[in-house]
Amino acid sequence: MSGVVGKAFIVFSTLLFAIVAHAVDWRISGFISGQFQGFFEEPLDPIQSDTNLSIATRPEFYTEWNNGLDSFTFTPFARLDQRDDERTHFDIRELNWLHVGRDWELRVGAGIVFWGVTESRHLVDIINQTDLVENIDGEDKLGQPMIDLSLIRDWGTLSFFVLPGFRKRTFPGPEGRPRIHPPVNADAAIFESDAEEEHIDLAVRWSQAIGNWDLGLSHFHGTTRDPRFALDTSVPGRPFLVPIYEQIDQTGLDAQLTFNSWAWKLEAIRRSGQGESFFAATGGFEYTFYGVFESATDIGLVAEYLYDQRPVETRSPFENDVFTGLRFTLNDPQSTEALMGCIFDLDSSSRFCNIEASRRFGDRWVGSLELRTFSSVPRLDPFFTLRNDDYIQFELAYYF
Amino acid sequence: MKRLLFAIALLNLLPLEALAETPEEKGLAIAVEADKRDLGWQDSKASMRMILRNRQGETSERQIRTRTLEVEGDGDKSLTIFDHPADVKNTAFLSYTHAIKPDDQWLYLPALKRVKRIASANKSGPFVGSEFAYEDISSQEVKKYSYKWLRDEVFDGQDAFVIERIPQYKHSGYTKQHAWIDKEHYRTLKVDYYDRKGALLKTLVLSDYKQYLGKYWRAHKMEMQNHLNGKSTTLTWSDYEFRNGFTDRDFDRNTLKRIK
Repeated sequence: MSGVVGKAFIVFSTLLFAIVAHAVDWRISGFISGQFQGFFEEPLDPIQSDTNLSIATRPEFYTEWNNGLDSFTFTPFARLDQRDDERTHFDIRELNWLHVGRDWELRVGAGIVFWGVTESRHLVDIINQTDLVENIDGEDKLGQPMIDLSLIRDWGTLSFFVLPGFRKRTFPGPEGRPRIHPPVNADAAIFESDAEEEHIDLAVRWSQAIGNWDLGLSHFHGTTRDPRFALDTSVPGRPFLVPIYEQIDQTGLDAQLTFNSWAWKLEAIRRSGQGESFFAATGGFEYTFYGVFESATDIGLVAEYLYDQRPVETRSPFENDVFTGLRFTLNDPQSTEALMGCIFDLDSSSRFCNIEASRRFGDRWVGSLELRTFSSVPRLDPFFTLRNDDYIQFELAYYF
Repeated sequence: MKRLLFAIALLNLLPLEALAETPEEKGLAIAVEADKRDLGWQDSKASMRMILRNRQGETSERQIRTRTLEVEGDGDKSLTIFDHPADVKNTAFLSYTHAIKPDDQWLYLPALKRVKRIASANKSGPFVGSEFAYEDISSQEVKKYSYKWLRDEVFDGQDAFVIERIPQYKHSGYTKQHAWIDKEHYRTLKVDYYDRKGALLKTLVLSDYKQYLGKYWRAHKMEMQNHLNGKSTTLTWSDYEFRNGFTDRDFDRNTLKRIK
């Protein structure tokens, strides 16, 4: 975390931490995990390897007072990676104070906020930066300094966000895998705003559940979380990509209609500030067969269409794609579940497939498996340089 | 003739005003009375320990806290917070139950900080891998079933009515339920659940009843035995507290996201 405002936030939060450190009733939870990644093909860059080991931990320290109306959460995260110095990293996922009023809530400090409904892509979700070195699915997020005031009324929840202190996206280093080629130099980032990482971003969101509908409407004004790239060839023989963080305005809509065994989902955004303004949307359904074959197992069928107005050359891989997947929920004491699916590019034969499965062992251990493959990726596709990075990942986590 | 004999038999057993009642009316009257006796508690919170036991006798444990808000004229609102196993800690489940129309349900997934609306057709699905289905733990509203009084019977030393309940809501896993309700306090003592083929699927036995606010009875032990798969689940309730001053605000999606 950098930037004067960001630092001020950390100081503020640390002070608060010091105050509440006197609290007697700390609840500590979290995990420590070990991970193995194995790659099936030769790396494109000889500096990369076929296997990788790493360990990670994410403890959460929580305390509440004033009858639960005030609470404090501190959640650091750290990973130690065998190969990639960029993936060896530390982050403060959460360090915030939350106050709950009768019809409002105020959160001050670093935190994580999720918006959205779809499964294959999270277009609307914009408050937090992606911790990309953690997983290329983009679901791991860096803690974002924020003041979040939410007004909770009959007509919905209206949340205002002031976001001081920008977080740069993490990217795998040259030894890291999977990664695009040439590698991205995250530290060489270029900013449109002179304030760079100290630009104060603003966001507002309305959300409401009306009958079967869950609706959200949001607007973000500030530094994009999703950079464009420039190629830097100043070092002979060692080109790299430089992230460009421009100022954007993004309006987002998310909606889900849930009835019987159906969940119909839509996320749509309009963004301006990165070249021509554009529209993107992801929409589809999840249909669940409950208790199949007279067992407790549920099978969910997920289908989503992904549209992005940006041409594929601008590194949006999902300009005209379809995601189909199956979700297995065994509803057993071990909470066994699996999600398998592929994103098919309708304009080429390109295919990006995933299997994610997990199961609890005993009371405190969870094992999980992840398999990702990139097939028939054409030269112009942003996934082209990931074509040799099919991998399998095993993780064993101990929860406390 | 049969009917006449039946009426004479009833005459010997029941007070005079019961004469005009059909078994259906009597069954409904019992359900209405049980419901009436459980009105006005406003809200409650409690802790629950759940032991899942498989056919081989291996067990696993869940620890859960619940908060419930009584909603007049509709099903209750409830918030369920998971404490154990540790990997599901901070997961929370919000449910607005309804008599006939499907419940509204949201699940909070702490790993992604994501609130997910859940499809409502999973009534017969197992709740957190247990032998309790969602419909078994949902609030019991009179309108959910049609009723029929079957007989009177002594259960576990208590005089009880045995009534048949047929679910009137969609997506139930049951064709019927038989419930034993004690005559003195109208508490449910036992329920037999019959599956879609009409076979006896599960039996629930409720015991260790304690009274709160001088009026409201709550079972502190619930044992569900599945006769088909040999598995069972035992719920042990503790720390009941009533009238905490909860409002709708304590059962909204904002609370779901932050409750721990």
